[in-house]
Amino acid sequence: MASNKKKTSATLALAAACVLTGYVTPAHAQDPFEHFNRAMFTFNDTLDRVALKPAASVYKDTLPGFVQTGVSNFFGNLSDAWSGVNNLLQGKGAAGMTDVTRFAFNSTFGILGLLDIASEAGLQKHNEDFGQTLGVWGVPSGPYVMLPLFGPSTLRDTVALPADVWADPWRYKVPVALRTTGAAVRVGDQRATLLDASDLLEEAALDRYAFIRDGYLQRRESRVYDGGSPPGKDRPEQDDDRLANVEAAPKPVSSE
Amino acid sequence: MKPIIQLIATATATLAFATSVIAAPAPATQEAPDQLVKRISADVIETVKADKEIQAGNRNKIMDLVNSKILPYVDSEKMTSMAAGRFWRQATPEQQKQLSDEFRTLLVYTYSGALSQIKNETVEFKPMRADPADTEVEVRSQVNVTRGEPITLNYRLAKSPEGWKIYDINVLGAWLVETYKGNFAAEINKGGIDGLIKKLTERNRQLSSKPLKAPK
Repeated sequence: MASNKKKTSATLALAAACVLTGYVTPAHAQDPFEHFNRAMFTFNDTLDRVALKPAASVYKDTLPGFVQTGVSNFFGNLSDAWSGVNNLLQGKGAAGMTDVTRFAFNSTFGILGLLDIASEAGLQKHNEDFGQTLGVWGVPSGPYVMLPLFGPSTLRDTVALPADVWADPWRYKVPVALRTTGAAVRVGDQRATLLDASDLLEEAALDRYAFIRDGYLQRRESRVYDGGSPPGKDRPEQDDDRLANVEAAPKPVSSE
Repeated sequence: MKPIIQLIATATATLAFATSVIAAPAPATQEAPDQLVKRISADVIETVKADKEIQAGNRNKIMDLVNSKILPYVDSEKMTSMAAGRFWRQATPEQQKQLSDEFRTLLVYTYSGALSQIKNETVEFKPMRADPADTEVEVRSQVNVTRGEPITLNYRLAKSPEGWKIYDINVLGAWLVETYKGNFAAEINKGGIDGLIKKLTERNRQLSSKPLKAPK
C-alpha cells in the first residue's frame, strides 16, 4: 500500500515535470510529433478553407439568428448530460448537479433543448469531457497531437475521446440519414460560432500552428483546473522563474 | 530621523509625479489594481455600446478608444520583454523599442476587431486574492455571453511608478505572453531580433490597409 502511494506521487511528480518542461522550453518539449502534427494541421486547414469555413459562413449569413441559437442550444443540451457525468466523476457534486438539472430543464420546458432556459434561470453551463476528468485524476496530458478532423488534442485527450464519442446521445440516432445530417449541422454550427475567433487568430499569429498549439495546451490545462492554476503555479511572480529557466534551457532549434 | 527622510522623499516624489501627470490622462496611483481594471472595462464597454460608429467598425474611432482608454494602462515594454524571453537582453535599446512598438501595434489591430463586437455581454469580476504589499497581481473576471459558457478574462498587473499597469491577459485560459513566446522564439531563431521586427512590421502594414470587417 505504502509503495503504491509512493508510486502515485512519483507519477504526479513526473506529470508536473512534463507540464513544467512544456512550459519552459519554447520549441517544444510537449510537441515531439511536430512534423506529423504540422502535416495534419495543413490537412485540416485545407479542408477548413475549401469546405468547412465556406459552409459555415453561408450557414451564418443565411439562417435567421433564432434558428442558429436553437441548433446550438439543442446540441449544447445533449452535451450537458455528459458534462454532468464528468463533473460528478471529478467529485464536483454541485457543478454536476447543475448540469443534470440543466439537462432535465432544457429537455422538457426548453422543448428538447431548443431553448436554453436554464441559463436564463442562472444555471451556468460547464463543458467537461472525459479528458478533463482524466486530468483531474492526475493523468498527465502527454504530448500534443493534431488529430485529423478533430483538431488539436493531447495524447491523454485522444485516449479519452472514444468515451466522449460513445457518450454522445446523437450517435444513437436512427435513421442514419437524420444522424448524418444532424452531425453535419452540428459541425457547421460549431464552426460558425468560431468564425470571428479564427479571423482574429489569422491576424494575430505569426506562425498559426505554434500559436494554436501554445494557446491550446494552456487552455486545456486551465480547463482541467477550472480556470485556476495547478498547485504552486498560481502566482504571477512565477514568470520570472520561468524566464530564468528559459535562460538555462538549451537554445531551441528552429522548427521550420 | 529615518521616518522624516522618508516623509520628505515621499512628498518630493509625489510632487514630482503630480506635476508630471497634470497633462497626461491622470492614472491614479492609489487606485487598487482590480478597481483600475473594473473602471477601464466599464468605461470601454459603455463607450462601445453608446457609439454606433464603433459598432459599425469605424477603425479610426476604435483606435482613438484604444489609445485613450486602454493603452495608458498597458506596460507594453514589459509585455514584449516577457514574450521575447531570454532574447530581450540580447537586443539593443533601439531594437527593444522597435519591437515593443510593433508588438503593441499588432495587438491593437487584432483586438480592435473584437471591441466592435461587444453587444450584450456583461463582465463579472471575481474577488482578488492579493496582499497589499504585492507588486504583481492577477485580476480575474469572466465575460458572460448570451449563450454558451462564460469566457475567462484575466489580467496580470505590475506596480509601476505611474500606478498599476497591465502586462498580460488571459483569454479562455491561455496567457497572451506565453502564447507569443513560441512564435517570437521561432522568428528570432530564423532571422534574429531584426527578423522578428521585420515580420511584425510587415504584418502591421498588411493589417493597416485591410478594412475592419463590419460585425454582423
